[in-house]
Amino acid sequence: MDKRKGMKTILTIALLAGTGLLLFGVQNNLDSFQIRILNLAAIYTILGLSMNLVIGFTGMFSLGHSGFMCVGAYTAAILTMSPASKELIYYMEPINPILAQIQWPVFPAILAAGLVAAIFGLLVGIPALRLRDDYLAIATLGFAEIIRIVVTNTISITNGSLGLKNIPSIRSIWVYWGCAIITIIILKRIINSSWGYAFKAIRDNEIAAEAMGISIFKHKLLSFTIGAFFAGVAGALMGFIITSIDPTMFRFLFTFQILLIVVLGGMGSLTGTVISAIVITIMMEVLRFVEGPINLLGIISIPGLPGMRMVIFSLGLLMVILFYRQGLMGTREFNWDWLLKWFGRSKSVERGDSI
Amino acid sequence: MSMDSFLQNIANSITLGSLYALIAIGYTMVYGIIRLINFAHADLLMVAAYVAFYGIFIFALPWWVAFAIAVVLTTLLGVGIEKVAYRPLRNAPRISVLISAIGVSFLLENIGIVALGARPKPFPRPEDLVWNIHAGNISFLSLTIIIPIVTGLLLLAVTFMVKKTKIGIAMRAVSRDFETSSLMAVDVNKVVGTTFAVGSALAAVGGLLWSLQYPQVDPLMGVFPGLKCFIAAVMGGIGSIPGAMLGGFLLGTMEVMLVGFMPGLSGYRDAFAFIILILILLFKPGGILGENVVEKV
Repeated sequence: MDKRKGMKTILTIALLAGTGLLLFGVQNNLDSFQIRILNLAAIYTILGLSMNLVIGFTGMFSLGHSGFMCVGAYTAAILTMSPASKELIYYMEPINPILAQIQWPVFPAILAAGLVAAIFGLLVGIPALRLRDDYLAIATLGFAEIIRIVVTNTISITNGSLGLKNIPSIRSIWVYWGCAIITIIILKRIINSSWGYAFKAIRDNEIAAEAMGISIFKHKLLSFTIGAFFAGVAGALMGFIITSIDPTMFRFLFTFQILLIVVLGGMGSLTGTVISAIVITIMMEVLRFVEGPINLLGIISIPGLPGMRMVIFSLGLLMVILFYRQGLMGTREFNWDWLLKWFGRSKSVERGDSI
Repeated sequence: MSMDSFLQNIANSITLGSLYALIAIGYTMVYGIIRLINFAHADLLMVAAYVAFYGIFIFALPWWVAFAIAVVLTTLLGVGIEKVAYRPLRNAPRISVLISAIGVSFLLENIGIVALGARPKPFPRPEDLVWNIHAGNISFLSLTIIIPIVTGLLLLAVTFMVKKTKIGIAMRAVSRDFETSSLMAVDVNKVVGTTFAVGSALAAVGGLLWSLQYPQVDPLMGVFPGLKCFIAAVMGGIGSIPGAMLGGFLLGTMEVMLVGFMPGLSGYRDAFAFIILILILLFKPGGILGENVVEKV
């Protein structure tokens, strides 16, 4: 086993180095549109992972993700925008003087966005997590909607329904995928810690978990708050990629897209979420053509059909949930043991050994 | 607030409350039987409104024919949704059914956007149904009277069905204990199907009345009424039909009065329902008329 362990460490380092090289290549060779899509994929990866922690690993059906994203996006945007552009866009009502002069660098702002979202997560979680299943779903949905409505109405802080523009733009793939990889590593460590085991125990059988001495409420709150933290981080990154945000962006539709990623990838699998986040983000761009006018051989032409992509995605979600409920990976994870065994097996087949 | 505008608010809250009550019953019946928040219920309002809209404008049908067709089609759709999207998952974890319901809801909304366009359209108000009534200093629409009457009649009919008819008794049995009633030779599938049919028909009527009262249709028109009616159902005690009526009227009144008495808070109108929901769930999760059920091991 020890030999394996050393080998696995080497493989992990090699994988990280390989990813780094790949990102380096991507940054230098692809055009800015393709890089933007990959950056979006990184954001959806973070979102999917944080939702999967809550839904897939802890078994709490929370639909409040877009609310925490909204908090994160606004926090980061207000912290990083220059005082000059703040003065320019807050014309309905002047900005709160405390916020007007602040201008932070990007990374502290991202961290602050996560922390503020986590505080909101804690505040929402303390009352909401006493509920279960569909009641929890509808209550968290309600909280997300309340957050959105409060953001729309606190004009001196958020500029209300006009939203924020001129958020500093970040194009570098390192920032987005750096955050995504850090998220993957942190969540993987959490899942394999005693917290992670407690989360899974709660998911599988709450009463049994409680009987085993796991503090249900504490662990649920922990998982929920960590989920909110990463949702806030993703929200901050979302602001940096599209450079303008407004409250209507963070509707339930957003949560639906993340839910789609989590269900397709497999509830309870980090690997599945990463794969499906990347695939779905790319699909969303590729499928843009179905919403434009289509011309079949110059004979039949179909006018543009906005909304067609979401029809396809909702059908996809229904198909998965009806016919293949475990999703792409179920609760399995990619790991080196599995890969090594697979290699070992193919080698032994070559040698003609019996398996 | 002057007496006139107070009376106006009372009239508004009765109308809104009736609509909420009508739609909330569909939620409460479905939840009572299969313990599912039927997210698609909200979109049935939209389907009914659009069927009537196209019936009147494209096929030039008289309004009552169009309305009848709308109710029938919506009912069939509601039953179909249960068959296709919920029945196969009856033994699956509750989260899966809920995800399926969300999927159906999004599917309907987006099919609506693709097929009908996202832009809101004006809903016709037939003249024999909508006219102005003057009484002293206040004038109001005939709908202010028609909507509560229609709602009241339908509520009586549903209450009669649940209390007195055979299928109603079967419904109550299934909602109390799914497995035992299926052992007692109750055809569970038929009961669930009937529940969806009744709920969807009420949603259709609710959707039609809603679009008469607020004469505009768009593919997402059902979302907010739907969420609020679910909240009304929870308020009254989910699973209880009188509870849904009570919750609907209470929520409607509170919303109208909030905006009437405190116009400064009107931006928070939509948040208000959710705040009530959360307070109810925390302090009286069974609702006003519901029983507090402790989950058994």
